[in-house]
Amino acid sequence: MSKNASNSRRDFLTRMGQGTALAATGGLVWMYLLNQQAHATPFAIRPPGSLAEADFNARCIKCGQCVDACPYDTLKLATAEAGIPIGTPYFIPKEIPCFMCEDIPCLKACPTGAIDPALENIDDSRMGLAVIDIENCLSWQGLRCEICHRECPVKDKAITVEHHPRRISKHAMFVPLVHSDACTGCGICEKACPTQKAAIRIVQPDLVQGQIGDHYRLGWTIDTPITQDFKAYDRGKKGDDTPAPDLDFLNEGSL
Amino acid sequence: MNKVNKPVKLGPNGRPVRPFVMPESFTGKLIVWRYLLLRRALQLGLLLLFFGTVRWGWKLAGQPVLTGNLSSSEFLGFIPMSDPFAVLQIILTGQLPLQEALIGAAIILAIVAVIGGRTWCAWVCPVNMVTDLASRIRRQLNIKDAFKISRKIRYSVLALTLVLSILTGVAAFEWVSPIGMLHRELIFGIGAGWIAILGVFLFDLLILKNGWCGHLCPLGAFYAVVGKVAQLRIAFDTPTCTQCCECVKVCPEPQVFNFKAATKTGMIASGECTNCGRCITVCPEDTLKFDLRQHIKPQQVTETTESQQRRAA
Repeated sequence: MSKNASNSRRDFLTRMGQGTALAATGGLVWMYLLNQQAHATPFAIRPPGSLAEADFNARCIKCGQCVDACPYDTLKLATAEAGIPIGTPYFIPKEIPCFMCEDIPCLKACPTGAIDPALENIDDSRMGLAVIDIENCLSWQGLRCEICHRECPVKDKAITVEHHPRRISKHAMFVPLVHSDACTGCGICEKACPTQKAAIRIVQPDLVQGQIGDHYRLGWTIDTPITQDFKAYDRGKKGDDTPAPDLDFLNEGSL
Repeated sequence: MNKVNKPVKLGPNGRPVRPFVMPESFTGKLIVWRYLLLRRALQLGLLLLFFGTVRWGWKLAGQPVLTGNLSSSEFLGFIPMSDPFAVLQIILTGQLPLQEALIGAAIILAIVAVIGGRTWCAWVCPVNMVTDLASRIRRQLNIKDAFKISRKIRYSVLALTLVLSILTGVAAFEWVSPIGMLHRELIFGIGAGWIAILGVFLFDLLILKNGWCGHLCPLGAFYAVVGKVAQLRIAFDTPTCTQCCECVKVCPEPQVFNFKAATKTGMIASGECTNCGRCITVCPEDTLKFDLRQHIKPQQVTETTESQQRRAA
């Protein structure tokens, strides 16, 4: 009797152990898959107003109501092989860019808030950032192209055309320049670019944007208060015997 | 035409046990297939409504008919519906979805409370068509299971889904769900999701009978749990049952048939029952029928009738 009881207890514990091991193994493989997929791409071009990628991935319920709402068939849902988290909306600017509807229907359609309803003005959306490959941009070769500038829905703010002088005997160039403070990343420029492979592309801002850092003070662009006492340098005045600090030892003749 | 001497097997109620016979006539067959045909009509009809709305711009009263997909949708532009399991996973990632998704999930849960949780599995889920096909072929080819596992394992998968949603910060099942891949890709464009569906089909066909829907699917497990108290049940009329077990043979979740428990409660009480109605159509005694829980009263086989019949036999 007691032997039976201990056997059944032992069986029970073994089965519990087996069950736990199975769940843990399966869970680890599953977790690996999820993490792989969640970081499948650092950058998918999302509908306007989408949350940061990690929050977007957590919230998106993969229902495709934004795709239904998009009047230009811009948005697609990622299929398993798209290399983008499965079932989430994205678009490829070179195929169909975002035409920046003023009423933002995709945002209104989202039931979970993965596309953040806080966005009110489509011009404030940041789907990505346009960057120009100046080695392949026609304007930068000296041609008058500037198509991206003319097509840009936030023309003269997101893309300006600048005068770019060259050496004597060649005429100056007019080159497009992207301004990140206004570029929405809609991709109309990429779609319009006439080169064989677009020379202006929408990319993740983080991949290309640097950061100056606070320790550089650009004195000519900002009001830098003058804190140093320059009187100390004002040598040669009569009755002023105090030597100037720092560098003045160079003039003392002992060198 | 039976020989006189052949012993007739009697059920516990004293009546002879009769097998289910498929009617010869086409109308007779249609009557037997009535729930099957309704289920397919609903499954395909919903997919068609979703597809028509997004691809062909179907409108009713100026509003899109049914936008989205089975994860979350909107009917006529104002009735939201959301998969409560998906919403639960999103909440566990630490994000609170907008009101629309929450109300949508509440609406589905309210429907579940009336018609049953796993009713979704048999009547709406498109993977049901794939696994039913696998099940049909394996029955015809008489394929044996490669191994047996407990049907309770789905509750472990369910628990794992919830834990992994917390740990990884993404809705764990939604990211690997073959159900999602199937309806998403049918509605929004075909991708590689068919490979996962093929996997489910082959698993059900060659490895384990009712392997996906009956053993692994955490969505089914979720609906089995939340649908346990639902109104719509298969009522069990004890006095007419001969225990021929035709219902058990045709049931994709045969563990739900427990004659003792069914006699006691007067119904198939398990949340794992998908309300597919197969058992109703094959029962030769009309013992089973759909009914609401509140109308169901258990009916005992009275001791006297039973013993009288036993004696007579």
